Amino acid sequence: MSWAAWAVSAPLLGVVLTLVVPRRLLALAALVAAAASSAAAVGLTSEVWGRGPFRLHLGGWGAPLGIDLYVDGLAAVMVLLTSTTGLLISAYAVSYARDERWSARAGFWPIWMLAWASLHTLFLSADLFNLYIALELLAIAAAALVVFAGGLSALVAGTRYLLAAFAGSMLFLLGVALLYAETGSLDLYGGEPVTTGGTALVLMTVGMLLKTALFPLHFWLPAAHSIAPGPASAVLSGLVVKASFYVVVRLWEQALAGSATVVGAWLLGLLGAIAVVWGAVQALRQQRLKLLIAYSTVAQLGFLFLLFPLSRTSGAADAWQGALFHALTHAPGKAALFLAAATVLRSVGSDRIEDLRGAVSWMPLTVLSFGAASISLVGLPPTGGFVAKWHLLAAAVDAGHWWWGVVVLAGGLLTALYLGRVVRVFFVSAPAPSIATVPRGLDISTLLLAALAVVLGLVAAGPLTLLRIGA
Amino acid sequence: MSWSAGLPLLVLGASLVPALAILLWSAHRHPARVALCLGGALTKLVLVGVMLGGVTRGERYEWRGTFLLDLDLVLRADPIGLLLVSLAAVLWLLTTIYAVGYLQDAPRQASFFGFSSLSVAAIVGVALAGNPVTFLLFFELLTVATYPLVVHRGTRAALAAGTRYLVFALTGGAVLLAGVLVLHTVAGPVDFTTGGVLSGSSSRGQLTALFVGLVAAVGVKAAIVPLHLWLPGAHSIAPGPASALLSGLTVNAGAFGIARIVFDVYGLELATDLGLLGPLAVLAAVTIVYGSLRALAQDELKRRLAYSTVSQLSYVALGVAVAGPLAAAGGLVHVVHQGIMKATLFYGAGGLSQTLGVTRVSELNGVGRRMPLTMAAFTVASLGMIGVPPLAGFVTKWVLGLGGLQAGAGWVVGVLVASSLLNAAYLLPIVYRAWFLDPVAGWPREHPPTGRVETRPTLLWPPMVTATLTLLVGVLAGAGLSPLTWASFAVEGVFE
Repeated sequence: MSWAAWAVSAPLLGVVLTLVVPRRLLALAALVAAAASSAAAVGLTSEVWGRGPFRLHLGGWGAPLGIDLYVDGLAAVMVLLTSTTGLLISAYAVSYARDERWSARAGFWPIWMLAWASLHTLFLSADLFNLYIALELLAIAAAALVVFAGGLSALVAGTRYLLAAFAGSMLFLLGVALLYAETGSLDLYGGEPVTTGGTALVLMTVGMLLKTALFPLHFWLPAAHSIAPGPASAVLSGLVVKASFYVVVRLWEQALAGSATVVGAWLLGLLGAIAVVWGAVQALRQQRLKLLIAYSTVAQLGFLFLLFPLSRTSGAADAWQGALFHALTHAPGKAALFLAAATVLRSVGSDRIEDLRGAVSWMPLTVLSFGAASISLVGLPPTGGFVAKWHLLAAAVDAGHWWWGVVVLAGGLLTALYLGRVVRVFFVSAPAPSIATVPRGLDISTLLLAALAVVLGLVAAGPLTLLRIGA
Repeated sequence: MSWSAGLPLLVLGASLVPALAILLWSAHRHPARVALCLGGALTKLVLVGVMLGGVTRGERYEWRGTFLLDLDLVLRADPIGLLLVSLAAVLWLLTTIYAVGYLQDAPRQASFFGFSSLSVAAIVGVALAGNPVTFLLFFELLTVATYPLVVHRGTRAALAAGTRYLVFALTGGAVLLAGVLVLHTVAGPVDFTTGGVLSGSSSRGQLTALFVGLVAAVGVKAAIVPLHLWLPGAHSIAPGPASALLSGLTVNAGAFGIARIVFDVYGLELATDLGLLGPLAVLAAVTIVYGSLRALAQDELKRRLAYSTVSQLSYVALGVAVAGPLAAAGGLVHVVHQGIMKATLFYGAGGLSQTLGVTRVSELNGVGRRMPLTMAAFTVASLGMIGVPPLAGFVTKWVLGLGGLQAGAGWVVGVLVASSLLNAAYLLPIVYRAWFLDPVAGWPREHPPTGRVETRPTLLWPPMVTATLTLLVGVLAGAGLSPLTWASFAVEGVFE
């Protein structure tokens, strides 16, 4: 059996496992499932590395009746990053769930495993209908993660998110139906790019933008991502939003590349550029740490969409590597920020930025994680964020479209501005407040995620090579 | 991995490993922290000695690792870089000892020792960087590592200075990134190579624009007027040992970057041909004079010293831009000379503030009687800065001035004379007050209060050592392993 099948089924088995085991074995079961999913992802990556892109008929049925999986470098590396980040978030959640006050701690695991399984399925799906199913499952799981915080405002944010996500799914499904009517095929990797289906592409794209919260469709994101409990925020902001971006990439760059227009690509790039600025400006205005980080996600997602205008120039190869590497490296970086915020929230009881004065003295490791993850998001070398920025800039310079380069550089400085504002507060000289002690595991998993965001830059050659396989 | 490839990595690791170890696990273990720093510093000293010997014998130390698909990271020990690496090894060791006495039981020591070690690692990386991307990497790391030192005290003023510093440094970093990327596009993945890497494929306009961008980017750290605005606040507000490290050591990253750009990216020939060096020399001269003028007006001692750094640092840029072998040697050797003299001055200033609570020039009356040894060291360094023979600063000025004459730029001598006069004008009053005026009343905050001993030995010995070095590198400037000999050796390759 191929590793691809394991990558889909391991987290699914995790759902079952975490539903049936007794309470006291829950943490163990969750970690076993998480480790198995990650192991499958590693196996999958080495498989693609060895034999190149391949297609897999699950159960031997084949299209159009059966479920087909398709694995290329991009799919593999997305699965790998999702599961590595997911494993570390799970480790965090195990320590986090020790607190009795977190009433949802039993329900968290199956839902998170379901989200994980949907993510893997989505990255590996070979046809649009399976993709749609994965999207729906992901939306349900993600909305459930939002409402775990409990309380009315979480319910409102979660419902709003669910409505946005369902609207997105409906648009997507409409596009799929149109496309099927026109071409009679839903295969994503069926060879020649389809040249018809312009309307279908627009519908599907708008649907996905709604889910990925590209400006101005980001209205639901800050509330939903900031109100969720720490580990859930990390999953939502680090992983879930990338799924719909991934779909847009597959459609625009591969399956429906023929019907994608340059004007449309520029429009996406422009919205991305506005998101970079708008998200940063909003982040600068926030008084609460988690909201600031959520707006940062709005801004960072903007960078991804610079791919579309740049991939239609001579800098296409660099644009591809830059944007997708950004999607990869943002996952552990953003997860680390949210988890650091969650640790702070738990130990201080507040995530008002004001209340974090002098944190460098009383939570040095949390501050260190936050700082390291910030450096990667800002894009300083040698972090993963730098590698992404380097390639995006190289694409802009190569194409002679320097204005996209300005967006990249200015976006980095804006990121430094709003994250630096938090770091500055950490260094204020202030007496330590009375804080609750938190399990050491929280800091360790956060630190590992931040380290991953940094080290990704030093080992960039591996993922960059993978991104070329089948691209 | 062979020894010759491993050595640059080891030299870097000697400070990087302690830095990470301290930041990650020794939040509450003071002796372990100090032991890590001292161990690292001693190891580094030994390794640097080995490397100096090897390079003299013509050995090459180079490590190369894959970074991006078409881009390597390169660490290489070349003679110019080793000047800065040696300074780093010496100042790190002394500053660690000094910091033990200075900080005593102060809070946030893990942060201080961790990030000061990280800063040393970054500056060593800058010195060893063998290609533009590696340089960029450590240049940015330096910004990150020094920020916590600047804001260490956590006061409103410190945080404001830190923010200003970050805004300048990160903007400079962004411009440098753009410049390095354009360089990468124009010339491909190149290593620093004496004589330059740019061929005539680009227009003169493009090359000039790129030069301006690159120099402006590193010029932020080199504090070239008007990009110096962050420095006086940042360097004076940091705690004493951090000031010494910032103003004596890490500040050289910018000046060093200018040397790399001129010698190893453009090459002297192309840079001269494009007419880029003249304006750079003028800017450097303006900075030298302007920094001194501003220093005159400062009453706060550390602020006066920080403005002095702005001024003195541009000697390096001036020497590079005058483009003659002697001038270049005079400029480069000032990296070491400025470093030890400025460290002495900041050590002294820190000793005064910790022992007597004296922070202003106007409070210095009679401190020479209370703390004679500290003030003796301070005086030696001051005279050195002014350029009194046979101290370090004299050697710099002599060689730089001769170099100016040799290269047909006689006006350099005028700048040097003006600078010396100004240096005297802002440093001699300190010396005069300390030795020749009577103390007004008690000291602002004396500690320890007995007055029997001068100060803690850890605060006393580091400036004594650097003051002695200030004397030795001057007297022995012609000897085999003096900084001057080494700098002359380093520029030989550039001017064959």
